[in-house]
Amino acid sequence: MLEAIGSGLYGLVAGFTNLHWSNPIMIIVGLFLLYLGIKKDFEPLLLVPIGFGCILVNIPLAGLMEEEGFLKIIYDAGIITELFPLLIFVGIGAMTDFGPLLENPKIFLLGAAGQFGIFLTLALALVLGFTKLEAVSIGIIGACDGPTAIYVTSKYAPHLLGAVSVAAYSYMSLVPVIQPPIMRIFTSKEERTISMGAVKKSVSKTTKILFPLVVTVIGGLIAPKGLPLLGTIMLGNLMKECGAVSRLAKASENEIANIVTLLLGISIGATMDGKVFLTPQTLIILALGFVAICLDTACGIMFGKLMKVLTGGKVNPLIGAAGISAYPMSARVVQREGQKYNPKNYLLMHAMGANTGGQVGSVMAAAVMLSVLKGMGII
Amino acid sequence: MIVVGMGGTLLTLWILSLLMSVLKKSFPLKKEGEGK
Repeated sequence: MLEAIGSGLYGLVAGFTNLHWSNPIMIIVGLFLLYLGIKKDFEPLLLVPIGFGCILVNIPLAGLMEEEGFLKIIYDAGIITELFPLLIFVGIGAMTDFGPLLENPKIFLLGAAGQFGIFLTLALALVLGFTKLEAVSIGIIGACDGPTAIYVTSKYAPHLLGAVSVAAYSYMSLVPVIQPPIMRIFTSKEERTISMGAVKKSVSKTTKILFPLVVTVIGGLIAPKGLPLLGTIMLGNLMKECGAVSRLAKASENEIANIVTLLLGISIGATMDGKVFLTPQTLIILALGFVAICLDTACGIMFGKLMKVLTGGKVNPLIGAAGISAYPMSARVVQREGQKYNPKNYLLMHAMGANTGGQVGSVMAAAVMLSVLKGMGII
Repeated sequence: MIVVGMGGTLLTLWILSLLMSVLKKSFPLKKEGEGK
């Protein structure tokens, strides 16, 4: 009788006795992510489910990430299969207006320069001893594009998924803090005051409809391994621009994107089990992710400076900083910085062009990298 | 890998920007408006 009572009581305290030292730390990390999302409004749609998933998975004996655990089922269904990031991309495509980019297609090049940090960080990760596939996954944090980072990492370095996703989304939300100092370091006061004039509306509906088709076919032929990413974002955009399937476009950018964001967030949080997450490697990944985003911003601005020279001073180099994929945050940061030095300057639409170029650029960079790895026989 | 990656990304987006310019010229906004 007493033995049965003792066993029963043990059952009630087993959760406490089985706590690993790392679990309470990760519960605090989860609470911090919730604080950032709820109180500071940093990417709340993702940080809230990620933070909660992190808390859930660090409560021992619940078995949420064991076979038949509900988080494991969601993870296997959407992350392992790569479905969640791809469905998010359909929504992103349906939300994005590529008009400002099509007004001035040369700005597309800023979207390429804004990805150079990915490759430089990849080199740094290789020097630090990461394997090629791990280095690719770490470098891709610099794309400032959560779904791309999740897609690549879940495919080629799933053991790093928690660290890479948290880094990607955290730094994305910190773009307004990270970018302005770099902008000031790499540009002169005179350059920051350059006015680019108003963006004329010169793009026809036909061009807007053909854009996603051309990008899909040409981009897919150049880098076939990235076609799932490119194809889904362009499908979403085609649905938005053609106007014939507005119900599908609305569902993609609202219901589908919302449901998938919830499931994606909670399953990423579920990868943050303290026993595997709290390692020196995670800290290195977080640091490298930060370096990647700083390098992206710097490379974008330097390319903007080059464009300024080539166009005889018509391009404000600040818009180069928007060549990353953090849309539309980065464009807004450029607008704000530009207006600080010239209140009559309206860089927003130019920066939006560079920013949407960065969205396509980040996907193309990932696609090119995967195709290069395939060509080298690494994947 | 790094050089090909950076060069490949830049080259791809340059090709796409050229194609976008061709599309803009082939289907200008004015003509569509006149058609209506």
